[in-house]
Amino acid sequence: MDTRFAGQVSEDSAEKFTHRTETIISGILRIGVLVSLFLVMAGIIVSFFYNPDYASSSVQLQDLTRPGAIFPHTPGSVMAGLRNLDGQAIIALGLLLLIMTPVIRVGVSVFIFWHQRDRIFILITATVFFLLLLSFVVGWTERSGWSEGHNFLNNYTHGLEQK
Amino acid sequence: MTPLDFILVCFVISIFAGALGSLLGLGGGIIVIPCLTLLLGVDIRYAIGASIVSVIATSSGAAAAYVRERITNLRVAMVLEIGTTLGALSGAYLAGRISVHWLYIIFGLVMCYSAAAMARKRSQVVSDDGRPAPWADYLRLHDSYYDQALDREVVYRVVRTRIGLFLMYVAGMVSGLLGIGSGVLKVPAMDLAMRLPIKASTATSNFMIGVTAAASAGIYFMRGYINPFIAAPVAAGVLVGAVVGSRLLGRIHSASIRIIFVVVLVYVSVQMLLKGIHG
Repeated sequence: MDTRFAGQVSEDSAEKFTHRTETIISGILRIGVLVSLFLVMAGIIVSFFYNPDYASSSVQLQDLTRPGAIFPHTPGSVMAGLRNLDGQAIIALGLLLLIMTPVIRVGVSVFIFWHQRDRIFILITATVFFLLLLSFVVGWTERSGWSEGHNFLNNYTHGLEQK
Repeated sequence: MTPLDFILVCFVISIFAGALGSLLGLGGGIIVIPCLTLLLGVDIRYAIGASIVSVIATSSGAAAAYVRERITNLRVAMVLEIGTTLGALSGAYLAGRISVHWLYIIFGLVMCYSAAAMARKRSQVVSDDGRPAPWADYLRLHDSYYDQALDREVVYRVVRTRIGLFLMYVAGMVSGLLGIGSGVLKVPAMDLAMRLPIKASTATSNFMIGVTAAASAGIYFMRGYINPFIAAPVAAGVLVGAVVGSRLLGRIHSASIRIIFVVVLVYVSVQMLLKGIHG
């Protein structure tokens, strides 16, 4: 069903097209959720593999969960952690993929409406897509966290080197 | 408590919260946050960060089914997502600037409202009040869906699009501020104001929740509120719980069980309020 050259697309077939495409996208998103959960699980296992005392000592918990704890939360620190096969960075990658899942979904919606030549909805979905990307930009400007100061990346990578 | 114990306890609590949330039709976030903060003493900002990720997992996982059943009004969802994402951005931005006490207090109030909304028996409002709807006409928002219980196609008109957009901004703000899906605010905005049938409102709300949550999760991730060690078991647990909950029973209809849960929710919301006031 190629409607691109049909000129005026009938409302009914446009509706069908939207729903069929959405069904496919939703399926892909389900896979996205599964892959990110797999990464999260893998990251937990790796964390315990490199830190066997996580299972026996209670000293570490405070460090891991206290306000201002040091963990990867920027693209740079996640990448740095991944190169060192840091469990927390693998978890963070999985969580980042999970957060990006709806963003990708909206991005694809823009193309669906573009395919249908629905100008007003191209504008609407593109606006939502822009707002979602803006979220990361706003977060980026606040990336230093709430109490760990501005040398977070240094602290984190320094911690990695000590392992 | 060792880190292993912590992860396991978080996971089990989150399964419970996810299952209960889906049974009550409230979502996992509003239950998992008090569990993490009051029971485990987790910083509320980490609890919010973990919860928002679990909301995305649950919503994205469920979206497929709603779209397949064709109950979701995709066009309404796209339009209203402008309101919810703008609200979520504002909420997440604010969350980094107000004190933790206020987060507890606002959470307690929203939770109280959710309990009240749950207690109220929902009846279907008259679908079409015949008012002119120039915006909905222009955006072609009117739709229909096949209702299995009624065994017929339900055709409906959408009205008050601009009021709906404003209410969605508020719902998005609450979602971004507290790390919850805030379906309890989205559904009435569509159901009562825009006059979508209740089934279409619920499906469309569930559909929008993931996108709304992503708008604040981006800020939370970069800001360092999403602690991998806490968010991992919570996201996995709530998702598992939601799947279990939806397969187990469907929604709880028994009035007496609902009353018990309303009382528990009100009690917990008072605890959150007290924690906000006394610290």
